[in-house]
Amino acid sequence: MRKIETDIAIIGAGSAGLCAAIQAAAAGAGVVVFDENQLPGGQLFKQIHKFFGSREHQAGVRGFEIGQQLLEDVKKSGAKVMLDSVVYGLFAENSLGVIAEDKYHYEVKAKKIILAAGAKENYMAFPGSTLPGVMGAGAAQTMINVNRVLPGKRIVMLGSGNVGLIVSYQLLQAGAQVAAVVEAAPTIGGYGVHAGKIRRAGVPILTSHTIKEVYGKEEVEGVVLAQLDEKWQMIPGTEQDIQADTLCLAVGLNPMTELAWMAGCQFTHIPALGGHVPLHDHNMETTKPGIYVAGDITGVEEASSAMEEGKLAGIAAAAALGCLSQEEAAAKKQEVLRRLDMLRTGLFGEKRKAAKEQQMADMAGWQALTAEKGGVK
Amino acid sequence: MVKTGVAYTGVPSKEELAKIPGMPSEARMAKGPVAVIECVQEIPCNPCEAACPFGAIGVGEPITSLPVLDEEKCTGCGACVAACPGLAIFTVNMAYSETEAAVAFPYEYRPLPAKNDLVEAVDREGKVVSRGRVLDIKMPKAFKQTAVVTLAVPKAMGFQVRGLTPFKPMLREGRE
Repeated sequence: MRKIETDIAIIGAGSAGLCAAIQAAAAGAGVVVFDENQLPGGQLFKQIHKFFGSREHQAGVRGFEIGQQLLEDVKKSGAKVMLDSVVYGLFAENSLGVIAEDKYHYEVKAKKIILAAGAKENYMAFPGSTLPGVMGAGAAQTMINVNRVLPGKRIVMLGSGNVGLIVSYQLLQAGAQVAAVVEAAPTIGGYGVHAGKIRRAGVPILTSHTIKEVYGKEEVEGVVLAQLDEKWQMIPGTEQDIQADTLCLAVGLNPMTELAWMAGCQFTHIPALGGHVPLHDHNMETTKPGIYVAGDITGVEEASSAMEEGKLAGIAAAAALGCLSQEEAAAKKQEVLRRLDMLRTGLFGEKRKAAKEQQMADMAGWQALTAEKGGVK
Repeated sequence: MVKTGVAYTGVPSKEELAKIPGMPSEARMAKGPVAVIECVQEIPCNPCEAACPFGAIGVGEPITSLPVLDEEKCTGCGACVAACPGLAIFTVNMAYSETEAAVAFPYEYRPLPAKNDLVEAVDREGKVVSRGRVLDIKMPKAFKQTAVVTLAVPKAMGFQVRGLTPFKPMLREGRE
């Protein structure tokens, strides 16, 4: 077993992890980032659309270009990135078990740990859901935008959140037909402007509809849809058969919290954030001192807020190590919090803001309870 | 009951379009090219504001406010069209000719059409509503790969046409 000692170990080289690394390393902390993938950037390199937000959030820049910039900044910052390196465990005293690219087994001791593992796609079961051709929308997006392979010629998308809408548009750009976007809720989940792009391309969005079954001999040949009533029950006789060779599932994501569970972090359950999420304070620090979280692991949002949360965790961890004065850290954090707050406003952001406030309130509740019992053990 | 509106259909309804602050007046549209900002939902986004060289678009604070068009300052130059990440800004020139209007829209499919191509002009729902003649394709570096295509369409279609039926490109090697 080989050993690595570092100030800060970051798990996940996506939007949140890279931003955390840049901030912490720029402050002078020694930083090592681990990622099980062969390429850094997390989901950013799949995002070929222009991001929203303000100029400070790099609005108008395509996701993969934000990724390229982050990689350059990481290089300049001096943070080390270890790819193809699986963190399989988080043990006592901030010790990580890692199988690295060189196939050696490493024990990593870090003064601070930032978990930025991201989220994974939800699955949905229905008759035929195991047929080849049923896949996550994120998988389809990786195929077209990273590997340049069309997953199918005629596609049905289940789910009209921003993922479903954006991936549908990108499938059209890649040359596929999108037969329909199917949404169980009575309204479209994502931004109207994303929906507008695929509507202009003639793609119908069927709200209050779901998948009854997917059929095919060896692979997907068609999808049977049915309309839903107000109680979300299928209405008999409303079935329609759509020929398609691929069904993409864009039915939400859930945080990849395994390492946080293993570390013994306290959790709360907030459906709007994707399920069980670790409690954390305004510094992104969990109930385990020295263990921070950032990005989708703290509750599923989007890349722009993941980047801001990453910066916050990086600044806080570096400040806790004495690399930044409390005043410097406070000023930097205030800037980040202001930008983060901007992203959690408006028609779609308010719900996430309320959910994040709930999470912080639960954290405060836990802290009060622990203080009564005589502090963190 | 058929429900209309962007939340149900992905297409802003006539009523929604009528009340947004990014919509120029009919009188202004009759005068010549002007931006039509079809942004009807409050989302945190403001690149259009900085994109306008004439200060004709205001978002301000909070960043979720709908963009406000100053139709007198707007020259219809189209700098905002490629800047909108939502591809929701168009320019309309109802005075293009006696019989035709010119509509410019963002276009992110490849291959790009060529000047003078005849194409299927589509409305907000992707329905082919007329034939369109490609007047211009702009894609300077600042547009970051979003082309702005201008079509001449029958005058009555100036407020309907918002795109063209995408060519059906196969997956191409190399990002353009």
